[in-house]
Amino acid sequence: MSNTITLHIARFIVLVLVQALVLNNINFLGYINPYIYILFILLYPINNNRMLFIFLSFLLGISVDLFLDSGGVHAGASVFIAYVRPVFLKFSFGATYDHQTVKINTSDIGQRLTYFSLITVVHHLLLFSLEVFNTSKVLLILKKTLFSSIFTIILCVLITLIFSRKPK
Amino acid sequence: MQQIINFFLRNKNFLLFLLLFSIAISLTIQSHSYHRSKFINSANFLTGGVYESVNNIEQYFNLKEENEQLLEENNRLKAMLYNNIEPLNIDSMHQGQYEVFPAKVIKNAYASTNNYLIINKGQRDSLTEDLGVITSKGIVGIIDNTSKGYSRVMSILNTNSRVNAQLKKTDHFGTLTWNTNDPQVVQLIDIPKQAPLNVGDTILTGGRSTIFPKGIMIGTILGFQIDETENYFTIDVKLFNDMTNIGHVHIIKNKNTQEIKALEAIDE
Repeated sequence: MSNTITLHIARFIVLVLVQALVLNNINFLGYINPYIYILFILLYPINNNRMLFIFLSFLLGISVDLFLDSGGVHAGASVFIAYVRPVFLKFSFGATYDHQTVKINTSDIGQRLTYFSLITVVHHLLLFSLEVFNTSKVLLILKKTLFSSIFTIILCVLITLIFSRKPK
Repeated sequence: MQQIINFFLRNKNFLLFLLLFSIAISLTIQSHSYHRSKFINSANFLTGGVYESVNNIEQYFNLKEENEQLLEENNRLKAMLYNNIEPLNIDSMHQGQYEVFPAKVIKNAYASTNNYLIINKGQRDSLTEDLGVITSKGIVGIIDNTSKGYSRVMSILNTNSRVNAQLKKTDHFGTLTWNTNDPQVVQLIDIPKQAPLNVGDTILTGGRSTIFPKGIMIGTILGFQIDETENYFTIDVKLFNDMTNIGHVHIIKNKNTQEIKALEAIDE
């Protein structure tokens, strides 16, 4: 039990640091950055205490905000996807996810991709809407959402593939 | 009463979400208005410390380039010194209006719409808010928040940034803003249509605020168009500074700021 908690704390810290120090300096084509810190939210256990989960997501977002000087942009987007995550879980894995039979690490790659993509796109759309905060720049928001989402999804899938333990 | 408690218990997740989400939104709104984004910023000892320790390693990769820039600047200053007919006053009796401090940029950003830099000098080095930050090539931004050891600089690549600027040839002045499209190009607005403009003309700071002294380099005119009311030009300015590559900066402190502010306050 304590092993899982340590794992999650370590994941939290590593993701925030990697995000702030490495990934935010990529600026591919001038503005495209992946935001893989949402892996923490994606991989959080399903049979959880939801209040704690929502609060942790807020903490995650606000830590990233602290590093990137972006007000409450990441916090808002993270809390939102944490709250609506059950909807996406049900959509991607079917109704069975309730019975805790689904393990994200061992699930079917297609289902996992749907789940990651949906959450990433929603997160990025909210993130960039809040960041730009200007209705006359809808195109800029959509452009940033599209390209950063692709980047984030690819990285997230790769990372989970590399770090997932093979079922024996 | 029972029902109210039940309602809270039933909807506790939603209420927590609503609370945290509204906190995030209000922080976001504050970050979009000038001088109010105070609560969440990276000029504190935790994030500043992390950025500084990483920067300590990173700076070795740019040493060669830094040296070349220093040599170039030294060269320019030497040329000014030798071509000066009057001997320069270097004695301490004649100290100018401006104090200059060196600092190192430990975090730079340019891909977002509101960009900030962090520098490794703060209140301990007698820095305060509203000091101008420049490099040897041109302006960088204005300090908008300080902690003990670090300061946050609002970059000119920030939609909240407003800097007074003027043409080098004439005294027509306007306001420097950024439309978020290109980190190399900023916009100079409110230049009256009588101003004679040519592509390639130099833009300087105007000296009409207490933050920057007059005549600091900004960039050259890339193109211009007249706005809808046909009274003012909007000018695209190509920066001399490469905002994506900034190592060392200078901070300018105007010793007469308080005196000027006090004079301005009489009017109000």
